[in-house]
Amino acid sequence: MQKRWEHFEHGADIGVRGVGPTMAAAFEQAALALTGVITDAALVRPLEPVAVSCEAPSDDILLVDWLNALVYEMATRRMLFTRFEVSIDGERHLHATAWGERVDPRRHEPAVEVKGATHTALRVARDPSGTWTAECIVDV
Amino acid sequence: MDLSLLTRRSDHEWVIEPHGRMRVPGVIYASEALVSDMDHKVYEQVANVAMLPGIEGASYAMPDAHWGYGFPIGGVAAFDPTRGGVISAGGVGFDISCGVRTLYTGLKIRDVETRKVELADALARSVPAGVGSEGEISLTDDEMDAMLSGGARWAVERGYGTMADLERIEERGCMEGAVPAEVSPHAKRRQRDEMGTLGSGNHYLELQRVATVFDRERGEAFQLREGDLVISIHCGSRGLGHQIGTEFLRRMAIEAAAHGIELPDRELACAPINSDLGRAYLGAMRAGINCALANRQIITALVRGVFARLFPGVELPLMYDVSHNTCKTETHLSGGEPKRLFVHRKGATRAFGPHHPDLPAVWADIGQPVLIGGTMGTASYVLVGTGGADERAFGSSCHGAGRSMSRHEAMRRFRGRQISDDLAEKGIIIRSPSSRGVAEEAPAAYKDVTRVVDAADAAGLSRKVARLEPVVCIKG
Repeated sequence: MQKRWEHFEHGADIGVRGVGPTMAAAFEQAALALTGVITDAALVRPLEPVAVSCEAPSDDILLVDWLNALVYEMATRRMLFTRFEVSIDGERHLHATAWGERVDPRRHEPAVEVKGATHTALRVARDPSGTWTAECIVDV
Repeated sequence: MDLSLLTRRSDHEWVIEPHGRMRVPGVIYASEALVSDMDHKVYEQVANVAMLPGIEGASYAMPDAHWGYGFPIGGVAAFDPTRGGVISAGGVGFDISCGVRTLYTGLKIRDVETRKVELADALARSVPAGVGSEGEISLTDDEMDAMLSGGARWAVERGYGTMADLERIEERGCMEGAVPAEVSPHAKRRQRDEMGTLGSGNHYLELQRVATVFDRERGEAFQLREGDLVISIHCGSRGLGHQIGTEFLRRMAIEAAAHGIELPDRELACAPINSDLGRAYLGAMRAGINCALANRQIITALVRGVFARLFPGVELPLMYDVSHNTCKTETHLSGGEPKRLFVHRKGATRAFGPHHPDLPAVWADIGQPVLIGGTMGTASYVLVGTGGADERAFGSSCHGAGRSMSRHEAMRRFRGRQISDDLAEKGIIIRSPSSRGVAEEAPAAYKDVTRVVDAADAAGLSRKVARLEPVVCIKG
């Protein structure tokens, strides 16, 4: 089953969608979509690993928390991320490593900073074929 | 939006009659063309807000309303704490107290015509903008708390501006009731190195020429004459506000059921004003307002520094500073009685008319300037509060153009370099660290701001005074 990410339309802002064979894989893809809002993820080198963890009372809030944890790390470390490894246990504890590098405005030409992931169009679901989708609107 | 769903009260006033769980009507102020162009989501969101506990009067939408997070952007709603009224993080937005301020220069456009490029380069070097940029100061924990309590007053006390500036900022530069202790360590950490930064997206610093004065008398009162050069700054509370919004949206969504609030849409997450969570958010949100006021004050000082070097002797006094993402406690007449209400303005500008008690002396006789930001290729507007809005939408007007095209679509259609070149041919100098950012902010990706302000004027929310056109635009 193929993993992929994409953006979807929202009037003033933009939606991020990750698709994968597991919830963790869909979250990894959603994180790539988040980077794609800011810059071309292929321009970012995976030089430095950053550990991220969070937990939530539901799958969908866990997605918002995961994306917002990345927004926080990007903002405070002045970094962009390009590679993600996510594991989620049955208690909805998420542990992840994100690899990236410090923002270089000339090379990355970051278009816009993400203010936060929202609860709008928020959905984490598994379809009958077993494919997971994780999506929401991010405010830019 | 399907017009058949609305009752037309006048040319510019459309009503969503209460149905289902709506406690009050929805009212949209806009021309027929603007209402027709609005997404059906705006209809749903205006109606959803009307279902919230303690809502007063009506759920309002301004002429620039578009699909937001729970509340429409361009939404105004007031809540009565004595009737179980609520406060909503989504009704304020992520960028708490995002707003616009305009400075006079005392210069005419002809005085800078040959030095525009020099000015653009100097401003782009001096005002940090874009993703990953840092301000020139890093706040200690104590200074962070002092800033969150003091707002622009804190900035002025540290040398960023003058006491005269404070009279020309809403709340006189300092929002009372801020509680820095309610702002999380994460939010403070996110802000530590971001004071005096412009941000990205639709935020900007612009040199503008006064292109048209529509109302001579009020233009004189606002000291705006055709050919004048002014400066406008559009930005907000940076990472701190975004983090406060993120954290309280989550808490309000999870705790809504415990407060007995049945949400028509999870994104309308809110808490009773008279609850621990409601009070905590109020304290944090007010601290966020102070952060935005301090941020715009520091950027003002940076701009003044540039002009002091390039145009010695030129001062840049502040005209006014307005915020368009807030919840403010205000007194309004309701059923003939004055009531203390919590007024949410999400993408809406306060537009108090003459003699409103909350206005500074300088605007007491004329009404407040209502500063409306446009795009880098079109225009911005100065309107004036007339008092008409006091009766209609708790003293509110529109805030800007609003997007007509997604960022994705704009990126597909436009190239940043081409946009900059095209604008340069029209005499508008763009400086931005990101070509893609310029493409996503292409003027053609926005609605026509002129239609929006014409509707605000015709609806009686505020009156057009002057049109400002960009000369130099610094984008994030």
